[in-house]
Amino acid sequence: MAKVIVDGIPVEVPNGSSVLQACEAAGKEIPRFCYHDKLSVAGNCRMCMVEITGARKPLVSSCSHPVMEGMHVTTDSETIRTARRSTMELLLINHPLDCPICDQGGECDLQDQAVGYGRDCSRYTDEKRAVVDKYMGPLIRTVMTRCIQCTRCIRFTNEIAGTAELGGIYRGTSLEITPFIEQSLVSELSGNLIDVCPVGALTSKPTAFHYRSWELKNTDSIDVVDAVGTNIMLQIRGNEVMRVLPRKNDDVNEEWLSDKGRFSLDGLKRRRLDRPWIKKNGKLVEASWTETIQYVADKLKTVAADRIGAIAGDLCDAESMLALKHLVNGLGSANTDCRQDNAYYDISERGNYVFNSSIAGIEDADALLVIGSFPRQEAPVLNARIRKRWLSLTEQFPIAYIGELPDDPTYKIDHLGESPELINELLAGNHAFVDILKNAKRPMIILGHGALIRPDSKVIFEKTMALANAIGAVSEDWNGFNILHHAASRVAGLDLGFIPQGQGKDVAAMINGGVDVLWMLGADEVDISTLSPECFVIYQGHHGERAASRADVILPGATYTEKSGTYVNTEGRVQRSFRAICPPGEAKEEWSVICSIGQALAVEQPYQNLETLRQYMTEVNPVFAQCGLVKNSVAVSVGDGAQGNFEKQPLTAVISDYFLTNSISRASLTMNECSKLRYAPSAEAAE
Amino acid sequence: MLSDKDRIYLNLHGQDDWKLAGARRRGDWDNTKDILALGRETVIKTVIDSGLRGRGGAGFSTGLKWSFMPKNEGPLPHYLVINGDESEPGTCKDREVMRHEPHKIVEGALLASFAIGAHTAYIYIRGEYYNEANRLQVAIDEAYEAGLIGKNACGSGWDFDFYIHRGAGAYICGEETAQLESLEGKKGQPRLKPPFPAGKGLYGCPTTINNVESISVTPTILRRGSAWFAGIGRPNNTGPKLMAISGHVNTPCVFEEALGLPIKDVIEKHGGGVRGGWDNLLAVIPGGTSMPMLNKETCESTLFDFDGLRDAGSGLGTACMVVMDKSTDIIRAVTLLSKFYKHESCGQCTPCREGSIWVLKVMQRMTEGRAEIEEIDMLMDVTKNIENTTICAMGMSVAWPVQALIRNFRPVMEQRIMDYKKSRGGASQIQVPGDAAIGSF
Repeated sequence: MAKVIVDGIPVEVPNGSSVLQACEAAGKEIPRFCYHDKLSVAGNCRMCMVEITGARKPLVSSCSHPVMEGMHVTTDSETIRTARRSTMELLLINHPLDCPICDQGGECDLQDQAVGYGRDCSRYTDEKRAVVDKYMGPLIRTVMTRCIQCTRCIRFTNEIAGTAELGGIYRGTSLEITPFIEQSLVSELSGNLIDVCPVGALTSKPTAFHYRSWELKNTDSIDVVDAVGTNIMLQIRGNEVMRVLPRKNDDVNEEWLSDKGRFSLDGLKRRRLDRPWIKKNGKLVEASWTETIQYVADKLKTVAADRIGAIAGDLCDAESMLALKHLVNGLGSANTDCRQDNAYYDISERGNYVFNSSIAGIEDADALLVIGSFPRQEAPVLNARIRKRWLSLTEQFPIAYIGELPDDPTYKIDHLGESPELINELLAGNHAFVDILKNAKRPMIILGHGALIRPDSKVIFEKTMALANAIGAVSEDWNGFNILHHAASRVAGLDLGFIPQGQGKDVAAMINGGVDVLWMLGADEVDISTLSPECFVIYQGHHGERAASRADVILPGATYTEKSGTYVNTEGRVQRSFRAICPPGEAKEEWSVICSIGQALAVEQPYQNLETLRQYMTEVNPVFAQCGLVKNSVAVSVGDGAQGNFEKQPLTAVISDYFLTNSISRASLTMNECSKLRYAPSAEAAE
Repeated sequence: MLSDKDRIYLNLHGQDDWKLAGARRRGDWDNTKDILALGRETVIKTVIDSGLRGRGGAGFSTGLKWSFMPKNEGPLPHYLVINGDESEPGTCKDREVMRHEPHKIVEGALLASFAIGAHTAYIYIRGEYYNEANRLQVAIDEAYEAGLIGKNACGSGWDFDFYIHRGAGAYICGEETAQLESLEGKKGQPRLKPPFPAGKGLYGCPTTINNVESISVTPTILRRGSAWFAGIGRPNNTGPKLMAISGHVNTPCVFEEALGLPIKDVIEKHGGGVRGGWDNLLAVIPGGTSMPMLNKETCESTLFDFDGLRDAGSGLGTACMVVMDKSTDIIRAVTLLSKFYKHESCGQCTPCREGSIWVLKVMQRMTEGRAEIEEIDMLMDVTKNIENTTICAMGMSVAWPVQALIRNFRPVMEQRIMDYKKSRGGASQIQVPGDAAIGSF
């Protein structure tokens, strides 16, 4: 720790901190443009000037100057103010000053700081520079004349996203930030460029000119497009989500949000189910809630208990899953399943199905083996954390993948192959990489769903667990055995026991004639083509997709923006989101509809409202009592373990189209356009 | 005046053989092994004692710079980088060294590398110096062949490799940290300091960067002793130095002269006097065009060395002066310099990127007179702001010529503006558009 005196206030900051960090520790606000907490220091905007008493050159840029023991820093003096005013004046001479038509207006660093350091009128009377706008795809709108060349975007793509798509060309006053070739950005994190850009050069294209930042109200929420549990802020105007922004949470997402989470919000308004429907004479007709609830209750009364089944989808909140599970179990059925992909999990211990190392823990790991997963698409934000660890200069971070590689992982890897047999080889010690894992102090294994949805998943899981034990990945103070989920509801479903109990039937059995009444709670990813025509389908969800069109009753539900819900991310971190807007039409939160049906059926329910439901939830599984924190049990080795043989086919990637993985993103025009450009590039050439 | 026996560069004008045989005849590579046998500390001490100040422009003690390098080689190798990116307008002294005395560079590189514990040296040569780079390469090949460098250089037991890197024509790559970026294959943009190159330089390793001239004088200093070198010039401004005169003199040339002579004497002796006599002198830019210019009166009294020019409000820089007689449009001359610096700004930091073009645009109007008198003060203010806040010294290069113009020739600028207004129909303070027809008002 170094002791620094900032404007007479003594503060202690870690050695190697910058003067700017010391000033912040002292509560002084230093204006800046190029400096960003999570990016490398560029020191090029020259706005953060402070004075250091006794230095050879007293006026320094605080972001790039390291602190020294006993340093005296002045953050406000006439010299400093002159320097900052001068920098501001120089930044503004070539800035178009088109704030009234700029989407950044109201939340623009340049605008804000111009209030403090700008002149009342310009001394610059000559022509301003104009820069040709660049094409960066359907997500980022560019107005490059507004760019102040802070290079945050360049540093973001190079360091965080790992795609190195942006750079500066030409020099001096002609310097331009450009993606080099006219092609849409390929990073799954490109939306964050909008956040890092301090001015209006990079703004959101899909929502261009839709809102002004001061019209928006914020609601905290959790992103559900993947299982990272990214902390987000829903910004609403009226009854419409206008924008999704990441919230800062260093344990989960730092400051980043995946593109799917940010830009699929137009899908929230399209193809919505906004009123109950009942199929009469082969045709769906509108119905009232009273009628529908009675209709469903009557139907459920007529079938044998074990012929009732329930499947929960990937976007469900824990509350609705618990309510449904309670109802179905209450009727005497054990047929509940939240695994639409029939994945294999060993739920004897919580540590066997969560990401034990935790996302922040990736930074402590020193070797990584990824099996049957491609985190760049399954969890882009988590992948950025792997890249961050890989980039850190302190120690090497060898990474190996087993399984299909649909794209560049954004860091250097050792691609061992695609066959699950490689796990055996590693286990037998026949592979060079196993020595790296064994020599590592904190090795990590990530097992993805590419390996868990196969007929031989059990074998893969057990052998991987055996491998984890063999390389010492599981010890008292470190748990390097991780399952990477990509469905937001999955861990909560497993925690709640929303899987077949006892004689209960799983998804495959339910679809293939195992049940007469099938309750599909947002289950959009199940293949229902083999479902018998006699099966009575209750579809409860928010988007009208395949399952809804097959349904005999449609119970319209709320999306994650329209309800307060509990989600458990892949780490097993319980997080709450809040209701930002009302569901459209007569749609209702799922759990309340289930509760009403339960009442109509006279099923005893230990809850009447959200609060008591959550109380009940903590009784079912105490992990729900603690929000925001993770406390995982250490994964235990499987008893006899490591038996059986692998299938021949290689481990394939589980996501084939990053942009279209759930009903919201499939309904989103933006996501469809992105998908077209990414997976059918000829469409772009025609532009 | 420098006597012939004190000259370091005996083949400065290429009258003799530049290859190894000729260099040996002139005393290069003589007993280099014995110098290396003195040990690191002695070599550095000798150079410090000689008072050699860096010849690239900043004038920092070369020996002291070497002493900043870590004493013992850690896990990271040390590097020597020789700055041959001589791109300053009016400066061409290193070119002559590369052309006619390449072996002095090779030998100096060996000695300097030894002194800083480096086994590898790079020389970054300006891209336009194509033939010079070729000659240096020949000299390096000769030295390798003769066993003077390479494994066990000169039989001293010190391994030394020397590589040439040619630049691609960017002035900013002459800035030491931008040069390191460029050497690493990146865009030539100055780095933030600290960390300084002696701690984290080329590829993150301890690095010393010296000018070609600083390197090429060290073998002679080590051979003839620090006292000899320190005995030339004045205290703190010791030694002979390569200088050049260009512009409105009768015999523009590159020459070697002792520091501390009056500017007038230097111009008279080497430049053959100002075109049209001393009284026809308008201004002198002392060293490299980024230094502030001096008017005639100052030139008469100022000594041509580091401290003398600093006291006169300017700087020695590279000691390659540009002489301008009274036929010069001094405003236009400075505008051309502004144009150069605007063109060569790397664009990394705000003050230089935005300021250089602003200064140029105002200066272009000033050349015509299409400006307001107050804009002269504004120009002064803007340049003052630019010089203090940039990452590298380029901000000063942008600011200083303009500031010196205003300091020395403000009446000329005001007259130009008044004349312009008059030609457009009156000396009012109303801004007159450049191409507007006045009659239509």
